[in-house]
Amino acid sequence: MKVGIVVFPGSNCDRDIFHVLTDVFDLEAEYFWHEKHLPSKIDAVILPGGFSYGDRLRAGVIAAHSPIISDVKSMAKKGVPVLGICNGFQILVESGLLPGVLLKNTTMNFMCKWINLIVQNNNTPFTNKLKLGQKISIPIANGEGRYFADNKTLKELQEKNQIVFTYEESLNGSSLNIAGVCNESGNVVGMMPHPERAVESEINPTDNKPSSLIFESLLKTAGIEK
Amino acid sequence: MNMPTYWVHVTIENKSGISDPEGETILNDLVLQGKFSSVSKINSAKLLKFQINEKNKKLAKKKIERLCDELRIFNPMVSKLSINIITD
Repeated sequence: MKVGIVVFPGSNCDRDIFHVLTDVFDLEAEYFWHEKHLPSKIDAVILPGGFSYGDRLRAGVIAAHSPIISDVKSMAKKGVPVLGICNGFQILVESGLLPGVLLKNTTMNFMCKWINLIVQNNNTPFTNKLKLGQKISIPIANGEGRYFADNKTLKELQEKNQIVFTYEESLNGSSLNIAGVCNESGNVVGMMPHPERAVESEINPTDNKPSSLIFESLLKTAGIEK
Repeated sequence: MNMPTYWVHVTIENKSGISDPEGETILNDLVLQGKFSSVSKINSAKLLKFQINEKNKKLAKKKIERLCDELRIFNPMVSKLSINIITD
């Protein structure tokens, strides 16, 4: 399985993702600069965290117009698993691949801390090895992580099972405490927390196993059992 | 033929009902602390000033409206725009 990591000017978690995919999970990974095209041989795409274009205008909006996003859109349509983490999630909502929007945290702080997530949907390529209601200890690091959608959209998300992760406790003002959502087909997932910073026991102060299951789910999707 | 130059000001602000923590912080932690107690609300907004060459004011405004829509200069779920031509 080969995973494409999209790199924008200002991405800063691309190497962390590369390390986790290749050194921890023995997957093939390749960086793709945002001006390039994605080859069809890519089996999954990850949009990493960071500050694409310095968050100018609105986090993720300028990157959402990058040439590579049209390839990400067509691959998403074909069912290729796509994961956006933090700024990657912001880019997915700004490109229209995921519903909603990410606003400034109500605290006005850049929030950088370990929190608990609760799994709400274990039927995506990135959560199929997790249990519903499972708790994941994981770090967040964002200033614009407050998920917002209007009531109609929130209702649709609930009805179509598109809420993937919620925060265990109210944290930043997110609607319904949402921390991650997916598209209707479930193959495109966006999440604000950083699983790539939580999968190794050396850097996880609590339990690295649940975060690892996010990447092991991708392996399972590809038919690789670990 | 040289087309006239216009300045088009685009203000992006949250729709009512969408919380604006920046405005609230400026109000609660600066303005009210400074004893300006008659101020009751502050909305923060972003202002973009576009310089554009078009045949006339109407076309200039129309072009900027289309640009804001197509390039998602604002997010219609949470923001609203006001577009004003300032000079010609």
